[in-house]
Order: sequence, then structure tokens, then C-alpha cells
Amino acid sequence: MSQPSISKSMTIGESGLAVVFAVTAFLCVIASAKALDAPFAFHAALSAAASLAAVFFIVNRYFERPAALPPQEINGRPNYNMGPIKFSAFMAMFWGIAGFLVGLIIASQLAWPALNFDLPWISFGRLRPLHTSAVIFAFGGNVLVATSFYVVQKSCRARLAGDLAPWFVVLGYNFFILVAGTGYLLGVTQSKEYAEPEWYADLWLTIVWVVYLLVFLATIFKRKEPHIFVANWFYLAFIVTIAVLHLGNNPALPVSVFGSKSYVAWGGIQDAMFQWWYGHNAVGFFLTAGFLAIMYYFIPKRAERPIYSYRLSIIHFWALIFLYIWAGPHHLHYTALPDWTQTLGMTFSIMLWMPSWGGMINGLMTLSGAWDKLRTDPVLRMLVVSVAFYGMSTFEGPMMSIKVVNSLSHYTDWTIGHVHSGALGWVGFVSFGALYCLVPWAWNRKGLYSLKLVNWHFWIATLGIVLYISAMWVSGILQGLMWRAYTSLGFLEYSFIETVEAMHPFYIIRAAGGGLFLIGALIMAYNLWMTVRVGEQEAQMPVALQPAE
Amino acid sequence: MSFWTRHQIFEKNSIILVVGILLVIAIGGLVEITPLFYLKSTIEKVDGVRPYTPLELAGRNVYVREGCYLCHSQMVRPLRDEVERYGHFSLAAESMFDHPFQWGSKRTGPDLARVGAKYSDDWHVTHLTNPRAIVPQSVMPGYPFLSRVEVDPDAIAGDMRTLRTVGVPYSDEQIANAAADLKAQADPDNAGTDAFGKRYAKAVVRNFDGKTGTPTEMDALIAYLQMLGTLVDFKIYNEKANLR
Repeated sequence: MSQPSISKSMTIGESGLAVVFAVTAFLCVIASAKALDAPFAFHAALSAAASLAAVFFIVNRYFERPAALPPQEINGRPNYNMGPIKFSAFMAMFWGIAGFLVGLIIASQLAWPALNFDLPWISFGRLRPLHTSAVIFAFGGNVLVATSFYVVQKSCRARLAGDLAPWFVVLGYNFFILVAGTGYLLGVTQSKEYAEPEWYADLWLTIVWVVYLLVFLATIFKRKEPHIFVANWFYLAFIVTIAVLHLGNNPALPVSVFGSKSYVAWGGIQDAMFQWWYGHNAVGFFLTAGFLAIMYYFIPKRAERPIYSYRLSIIHFWALIFLYIWAGPHHLHYTALPDWTQTLGMTFSIMLWMPSWGGMINGLMTLSGAWDKLRTDPVLRMLVVSVAFYGMSTFEGPMMSIKVVNSLSHYTDWTIGHVHSGALGWVGFVSFGALYCLVPWAWNRKGLYSLKLVNWHFWIATLGIVLYISAMWVSGILQGLMWRAYTSLGFLEYSFIETVEAMHPFYIIRAAGGGLFLIGALIMAYNLWMTVRVGEQEAQMPVALQPAE
Repeated sequence: MSFWTRHQIFEKNSIILVVGILLVIAIGGLVEITPLFYLKSTIEKVDGVRPYTPLELAGRNVYVREGCYLCHSQMVRPLRDEVERYGHFSLAAESMFDHPFQWGSKRTGPDLARVGAKYSDDWHVTHLTNPRAIVPQSVMPGYPFLSRVEVDPDAIAGDMRTLRTVGVPYSDEQIANAAADLKAQADPDNAGTDAFGKRYAKAVVRNFDGKTGTPTEMDALIAYLQMLGTLVDFKIYNEKANLR
């Protein structure tokens, strides 16, 4: 297609990035050779291979592409960039299934400990971070990257900024996941929950995240609309705050630049506070703000109704991000953390109930005048039920942050149940709903392969969630009560191991619930795969020319 | 101009929006975290807390590596049943040299903040190798491989130097003798045990895993477990002075 008058040459980005990756590959080979421990040698070798692959990818892409870069607009319409979105959506589904499967495995290990097989690589303590990172950062993260790149383009009516940069973000982010995940299996961890990756993975993530922010902001700069759409506020808050949290929680000093081990700068009580300031806001800004952005774009779009209240979304936004950041200390009630910090954390956690439900109302009421669609559209039903789960877990959370409730619930499975009502019900369902919308849009298909399969997915997964969270409520409250039970003579009634034994039936029910959730995701993967494979093309137009939504 | 019109400055300017977000999210963290670094009442004044010995530190690294904190807390809350079950509630001072902290968030297994000296070394070796050999209902994974891996005595000094940089008060002498101390703590016949004992108050010298030769990861982990919660003598601890 290229016009003969344009001579083809590498852009500064292409040549610069190729050189940077070539140098990185060289440095990684040296690091691998000088490594002090086997996991570091493996990760350095992996990085060298990935860097070489990146050089090949860049050069090969240059030879394959026409002389001119893709135009910003075709026939006056934005030429949207769907490639990185497709990749991220695919990886989201892949990691989702992997993460759910590992969750099922560790749930089964708690019911039948022989499944640990006395092997270090697959024992519970190493698989559990793999599960949490795979579902939160790999599945959830890819959903967020894919949807944010889609939403920011559509709502700004501008092509995604950068040529290689969006690919750097999606590939770089998934490489971070690969390094983090293999690290857990090899025992590389700094033991900070949801921030387990060691210093070199953290550094890499920092670079990727800054580029992510820049691509997102630069696309907003190019916007054709005067206003920045609500969903993009939430995406921005998510990206910016995760960067702040990541940097605050992870400053660590490696023992050697050729080894995986590092020691975090913070110690004891300050480390605990930093950790749960980070940990709770990973929930607040990764699993909430980011997915609320999905809610604010995909529900109105799917229901074909405007957002219920624009003013409510303004209040929702500022109140949510202001209050959330204070809530961390409720993870440390009755610990050695000073009382004033605990009380502050509890107070703000309770206040947080308000913006959370404000957001829920804004999402649910968007259905005004379109409630009938819940009967006919299982994708919309999934999105709406996710918001209902959001409402439920954001009521449960403030309740559990009350110190007297927390004295019972903390350290028990109640917390696990609470997390999963949010993770499976809210984050899981809103992600599924978004992917069911996004895949036909990004691949230019008329619709999904089968709505009937979506319906099956919905009901199987819902049943799974109900089994999961009710089992954990019962086991958590039971265990909490058993720990504090006294006999009439004033002795502790139960030994610790008796409480462990009492958990067994609930651990089996929980594993069954997780299994159902996994089956639902497999049905979804098949459905999406068939949508892309055999789905009808939307219209007879060149792929680059998609209709503006 | 109404509030809603004024808000348009955020809706129309991405940089102002980003700055607004940064300011709003900074407040909570600053108020809750910064005072913990300077308020004197945050960490109690206590005698006895010292940095980990080289062998304990190696054991702690095994504890971190295997993700023990995912099922075991190290934080006894001041609640009647916990104090009776586990012992005196945990003090901030007891974990002030912990990089990272290991308070944990879940008790699939019992709290370990005061597990030190509660069970014999033999009990720990058997239990870590096969938990169900001692506690049939246990759901803990077995760690038989710990007995097969030796700790590298020469590597630990680097860890101690790094910890000193982030604030753990290891002395030059302690770092210089790290390798020797690591071996001495697991070998009561070692000539260096007296010097070791002077460098680390209350440190226990025993052959933890019952096997001769270079200390294994089993030795290290048990040395760590056996010292947990034993450093502060609560018979002489002045609770009133540290009320906060």
C-alpha cells in the first residue's frame, strides 16, 4: 500500500528500542553467568531470551510493515489500534484459567494435605502466592490493560498513542507475570502479600507501568472530545495510585545484584503498616477503581442507556479514592500497631461504605428502563450481578473492619470468604462480562458464538460462588467461635487442632465451588475461541476501519 | 459558578486530574504512616530484643521462602483466649528488627509468635518432615527436603551487611564472625560457642536436627522457631511504662 515517494526507514522508537533490548540481552547473559543462585540464573536467562525475542520482533515487524506508520484516521474516522487489546484479552483468559486451576489445587491441598507431595515447588506456601498473583495481577491486570486501552481509544475517539509502546506494555506486563510466577515456584519471594516478587521483577514492573501511564495519558491528550470520560478517571486513579503503592511498599536492598534475595527497607511495625496500606489499596485501586472503570463504560454500553447520574459519579470518584487509602490499618486490628492508627483505619473503612454503595447505585440504576434486558442478555446479567456482589462485599468489608467483629473474623476463613465474594462475584463477573463484550468488538464480530453458553457459564459460576462463600462464612465464624470458647470451668474448650479438624468438610465444599467456577471459565474460553474462529464479520470493511462506537 | 461547573477543570485537563488524584490519595497514607517513624510511643522500650543470629537468620529466610506466613501468624492479640493459648501479647519491639515483618494474616495453623522452647527439637524435626506423624489431623505440607539441603555458611555475612544498611544493628564483629557463628550454633562441641554466646544474648546452641556436619536448612529453621518469642523476659517487663 505504501506510496513510492515515502522511503522506508526505522523510527527512532524502533531503532532505539532494538538497541536497548540488544544491550539488555547482553547484560542478562552476563548476569545469568555470574548468578549467585539458581532462580536468579534462570530468570536472567529468561530475560536474555525475551530481550532477543523483542529485538527479533521489532526488526521483523519493521520489514513486514509498509513504509508509512498506520494512519491516525481513515476517512475521518479514528483508526483504532486493536492488536495489543486482542493480545491482552487472550492472556487474560489464559491466566484466568491458570489462576482458577491453581486456586482449586491449593483449596484441595487444604482438604487433603497429601496433595502437597512433600515437594517444595508445589507446596501450599509457594502455590498460594501463585494463585493470588495469577488471578489478581495476571487475569485482572490483563483485563484492565485490555479494557483500558479499548475504552480510552473509543471514549477519546483517538488511536492509541505510540506505535511500539502499547505492545511494550502488554508484552512487558505479561513477562513480569512470567518472572513473578516462576519465581514463586522456585521460592523467590519477599513475603509481602500481593507484593511477593523480588527486587528485579519490581524494577521491571516499574518501567512497564510508567510506559502504561504515558500511553494512557498521551491517548487522552489526543482526544477529540472536550471531556475526559468518567471511566478514564477511574483508570487514571488506578494506574497512578498503583504506581505510588508499588514504590512505597517495595523499596528493597538486594544482597547482591547477581542474586534474587533482597531485604525490604521497612522493618517491623512500619513494614506492617506500609504492607497493608499497599495491600488494602491493591484491593481499592486495582480490584475496585480499575473495575469500576469497566462498570462505567461496559454497563451503559451494553444496556444502551446513559450512566444514571453524572454528578453521583463525580462524588463517587473523589470520595472513593480519598477514603480508600486510609483503610489499610483494619488489617492490623489488635496487633502491635498503635491504637490511634487502628481506630483511624476502622473509621475510614466504615465511611467507605458510602461511596462504595453510591457507585453500586450508579451502576445498577443505569439499567433504568432496560431491566427487561436482564432476561434476554446473559452478558448484561453477568455485569449487573457483579455490581450486586460489589455492593454485598463492600457492606461486608466495613462491617468486618469494626474492631469487635474483626476480633472474631481476623485470622479465619471469613476473610477468605469475604475476599472471594469480591474477587469471584465482583471482579470475576465484571471481567467476564467485559470480555464477552470486548472480544466481538475487538475482533469485529457481529456477536458472541453462543449466548446459551454464556447462560450456562453464568449459572455454573454463580452456584460455585455461593458454595465457596457460604462454606467460608461458616468455617470462618465456626473457627473464630471455637478459638474463644471456654468451658464452664474457665478453660479453653478446644485445642487448635480440633478447630482445624472442624474445617475439613467446608474445605471440600469450597474446593467444589472453586471447581464449578473453573468449569464456567472453561466454557467461556471455548465460547470466545469459537467467536473469534467462526463468528460472522461485522461488516464488509477493511479491518483497520472499524465503526466508531 | 456551581460546583459541578467548577469540576470541569478536572474533566477537561488530564494533568490537573492526575495532580488532583495524587493529592487526594497522598493524605491518608501520610497521616497514618509518617508518625510511626517518629512517635516515640510506637515501639515499646524493652530489654532483650536483639538481631537474629546467622543461623536464625538463615532459618528465617527458609520460613519466608516456603511461605510459612501464609498459614501462621506471628502476632498474639491482647484477647483473653489468645493470651491463654499462646502467651503474652506481642509487642512492637519484638519485631522491630524484622525485614520484612512476619505478622501474617491467617491462622490455618496456630500462631508462632511464642512457639520458641515450647516443643523439643526432635518434635520439630519429626513434625516438619511429616506433620501427620505427630498431629494426625494436620493439613500442613511436609518439608523433608530441608534436612537434605545445607546452609552456605559463607553467604550469610552478605545478608547481615544488607540488613545493617536497612537499619538492623549488627556489629562489625558479628558480621566478621558470621560464618563461624553459623556453624557454632548448631554444634555444641564447637570451640567457638563461647564467643558466639557473648555476641548473641540468650542464643541457644544445640545440634537442632541431630545430625553432624554443616548445618542444614532444618537446623536453621528450627533454630529460628526455637527463639521466637523468647527474647523478652515478661517477668521483668514493665507493662505500665509502655501503656499507649
